[in-house]
This record gives sequence, structure tokens and C-alpha cells, in this order.
Amino acid sequence: MTTTTAARRADVAPAMGSPLQRVGRWIGDRFAMIVALFVLVYLFVPVAYTFAFSFNNYKKSNISWNPEGSPTLKHWQDPCGAIGVCESLGVSLKVGVIATVVATALGTLIALAMVRYRFKGKASGNFLIFLPMATPEIVMGASLLTIFVQGFGGIFELGFWTIVIAHIMFCLSFVVVTVKARLQSLDPRLEEAAQDLYAGPIETFWRVTFPLLLPGIVSAALLSFSLSFDDFIITSFVSGNETTFPKFVYVSYLRGIPAQANVIGFSMFVIAVSLVVLGQIIGNRRKA
Amino acid sequence: MSVMAHATAAQSGAGEATAKRGGWTPYWLLLPGLLWLVVFFIVPTVQLFTVSLQSQFPDYPGYYYRDVNVGNYATAFSQFLGHFGRSLFFAGLATIFGFLLGYPLAYAMAFKAGKWRNVMMICVIAPFFTSFILRTIAWRQILADEGPVVSTLKFLHVMPENGRITETAIAVVAGLTYNFLPFMVLPIYASLERADPRLIEAGGDLYANGFTTFRTVTLPLSMPGVLAGTLLTFIPAAGDYVNAELLGSDISTKMVGNVIESQFFKVPGGFPTAASLSFTLMALILVLVMVYVRRFGTEELV
Repeated sequence: MTTTTAARRADVAPAMGSPLQRVGRWIGDRFAMIVALFVLVYLFVPVAYTFAFSFNNYKKSNISWNPEGSPTLKHWQDPCGAIGVCESLGVSLKVGVIATVVATALGTLIALAMVRYRFKGKASGNFLIFLPMATPEIVMGASLLTIFVQGFGGIFELGFWTIVIAHIMFCLSFVVVTVKARLQSLDPRLEEAAQDLYAGPIETFWRVTFPLLLPGIVSAALLSFSLSFDDFIITSFVSGNETTFPKFVYVSYLRGIPAQANVIGFSMFVIAVSLVVLGQIIGNRRKA
Repeated sequence: MSVMAHATAAQSGAGEATAKRGGWTPYWLLLPGLLWLVVFFIVPTVQLFTVSLQSQFPDYPGYYYRDVNVGNYATAFSQFLGHFGRSLFFAGLATIFGFLLGYPLAYAMAFKAGKWRNVMMICVIAPFFTSFILRTIAWRQILADEGPVVSTLKFLHVMPENGRITETAIAVVAGLTYNFLPFMVLPIYASLERADPRLIEAGGDLYANGFTTFRTVTLPLSMPGVLAGTLLTFIPAAGDYVNAELLGSDISTKMVGNVIESQFFKVPGGFPTAASLSFTLMALILVLVMVYVRRFGTEELV
């Protein structure tokens, strides 16, 4: 579609206007792309910094570059070398997996109800799902802190499980939105056809709806894992003495940050990007 | 491409229309998830409100009793009104800058990228996977007094010898803009991608002038995305305290998030003040969102 427009413009453009206007038009056509490339570079600058500083032979804190002995591979050879860094990574991964599984399951059920059924109270339900997304994290963190400390009869002690509970809560709405979008683009006639062929509702779900919905569920799960893994603000309110990876980085920033944090941060980036690229390739193959 | 977009639009319409009455089924589907939200979002918010009205036992710091102490709000406001204003102002600036940077990126992805579209998409999401705290610390290093940005500006004599960026409002707003930019780009991209390119072409044929086409056709078509993107940037930016903590100064750039955090964790007996600040922030943002959505919005929020 865009190519035809560009081609037509290219046909007309040389006929009218001075060279100056032509240069203007050339830039005008590419303006968005030029800005876009600058913005992409801007997005990656801190990532590059994180990568570069993983080779820093730092002294006390990995904040300023030490030319003596840098670049060094020693932090990459010993990624768990700093006290607590791998423990915190383990906590983050565990929290992320549990929160993602629960939030994806509960969120998918909500999305199914919201798209496939008409019922009383739908608008209020939608509003309840919208609310956590319209609330700043710090408010959710503060509310959960007050209730875990003062409410619920004191059965919750701040730590691993309070982090998990909080993460499920804020991931849930994002799962609903993502799965809902996918569900809305599915043709409900496929499900009707299955039922016409005498499939029960459960069989229809597992053999027709679920496979069609799977890409939406997978992207919802990826989104919720990355939200959980990267969360700092809510976590810092409800974590007590438990330390997740972002909390580890934040706390150690004040005392002296180890380069192992950069190693792990950048490795997560590489792993995640590889997974996304792999997913894209598999998706493209399926389509072909 | 456009035919497909059209087909999906028609289908989604059909999807809504054929939504069926399911007796109790939808309620069973909703029950676990909505129960979770009620117990761990609504109930805690109510608790936050009650804490915001509690009073402290005079002789036992850190112990509170149930009260209707509206004075907490008065204290919070008289002391921290400036922080509130600063939060809204910084978040507003970050939203505007985010829009100015994010819209061209989303536009290029939707209309100019061709087969590079997916690659660009991955590039927008990818920085997310390096922890947000690590990236903010990297900005601190980039903008530091001996860092590349300040050295270049001084070399060009754009900045005075004793000038600096870290510990100023500029650094905080830059950090906020950076951290929430993908939240601006993705919804705008989604709505531009859904828009029928034939409409934009028709606009081009009618107006010829690229800017007029953009203002009268493209921008209105992407309004749902712009709405979502600006909200997803403004809301977290207004409550953020990490950027102000890592990039800002000790006093003059602190936001309301910093106050809430320190009242909860560092000031003995600060719970009621912190709670009243949090509750006010939430109410204020909800009101702003409602007004904004009414003014520009679509019927359905989610």
C-alpha cells in the first residue's frame, strides 16, 4: 500500500518544484523514519552502557570507568561472584514464573467471559480491570503494605509470597487486555461450527478456541513475566527482607554496585531478545 | 493488508454481536480473577484510606489507632504541595516529550518500515529486558559531570564550565521520558496499524499536503492509541520516585513518590501522612483520567 503511494509520488515529484522543494519532499517522506531511527538509538544507549560496564575493572562501585585493567572478562567468568546477586536473580525468576502462570490463567478466563458472553455487571467488571492500570504503582504498593502490616488479621508476613500476590494482581489486567484483543479478532463462527459438529463446550474450548487463542496467551504470558521481572516500586513496598534482582541493584547502588549486575542484566536482555526472535521465526514458518 | 484489517474489524464486530447469554458461566469464569482484584486491590485501597485517617499513639511511635484525623491531609498538603505539583509537572513534560518522540517511531513502524516492521518492534521492546534500574543508573553515568554528554556540551561551549545535568530537573524529566517511552509507542503503533491505509491515501489525494493529511486523517485515526499511550506514560511517571532518586538532587527535584516512600520507611510515625499522600495521588489521577477520557476518549476503556 505504502509502496504504491511512494511510487506515485515519485512519478509526480520530479515534474513539479525546484530542486530545493525536491530535497524538502525527500526529507518529508523520510522524516518519520529518520526520527524513528534516532529514537531507537536513544532507546539502546543505556543498554550499550550496561554492556560496556560489565567489562569494567571497577574499584569500589561500578559507576566510573577504570582504565587500568579494563576491559576484563572476569565478571563474565564469575557471574555469581558478588554476594547476593544470584540469590536475588533466583527470587526474581521464581516470582516471575509463579505470578505469570497464575495471572495468565485467571486473566484468560476473564477475557473469555468478557468477549464471549453477555451478562449483567459487565461494565463494572471492565472498570475493576481498568483500575489497577490507572493507578500509579506506588499507590498499589502503599495500599498492599498497609493491609499486609495492619489488616488480614496479620496472617501475611512481608516476603516472597506477598511479592507473588502483588505481582499477580498487577499483571492480571495486562493479561486480560492482551488476550481480549486476540479473542476479539477470532471468528466466533469457528466455535459455532465445532458445536454444530456436536463438540461439547469443553471440547470446543480445548480443540478450537484454545489453539487459536494460544498466540495471544503466549504474548500475555511474556508481557506479564517481563512486568514482574522488572518491577521495583511495588516490590520494594511489599518485599520485607526478601530481595529481588531490581531491588538488589537499587540497594547496592547506594553501597557500591557490582559489575555482575551488569552481566546478569545484559544476559537477560540477550536471552529475551533471542526468545522473541525465535518466536517470530516460528510464527512466520507456520504462516508460510 | 487493508483487506485483512477490514476483515478483522468486521469479525470483531461480529464477535461482540454474537456474544451469548451464558447463565452462570461468565460469572464462574470471572470469579477467581475478579476476586483476586477485590481482595488485593480494592480492599487494600480501602485500608489505605483508613490508615490515612489514623492517629498515632503519642508515646508509641509506629503504633496507630483508628480515628477520623482529617488533619493528616492538611499536614500532608501544607508540607508537600510542592512535591505534588512537581510530580504532575514532570510527568506532564515526560508525556509531551514521549509523544513527540514516540509518535514518529510508531508512524514509521506502521507505514514506512515494510519488512523491517517486526525488527523495529523487537527493538522497541528489547531495552525493557535490561532492568529498568540498571538503565536508569546508566543514564546517571551518561549524564554525569565527566560523562560524554556534559563534556560534549562544554566542548561546544553550549554549557558553562560549572554546568551539570545530573541533580537537575532536566535529568529527572529525561529519565522519566526514557523509561516510559515504549508505553507510548506500542499503543499508538497498534492503533495506526489497525487504521485502513486507504483512508490515509485518500486523504493524501484530497489534501496533497502531507501535514494536512496527517492532522485531519492520520492523527484522528490514531486517537485511541494516543489516549492509551499518554495515560500509560503519565500515570506511572507521576508516581515514580526512582528517576528522582537516582538522577535528581537531594531536595529540589524530589517528587511525591519520594515523599511517600520516605514517610513509610524512614520517618517514624509517617504512615498516616504517607497514606494520605498516596490516597490523594490516586484520587487526583483517577479524576484527571476520567476528565481526559471523557474529552478525547472512546466508550470502552479496556
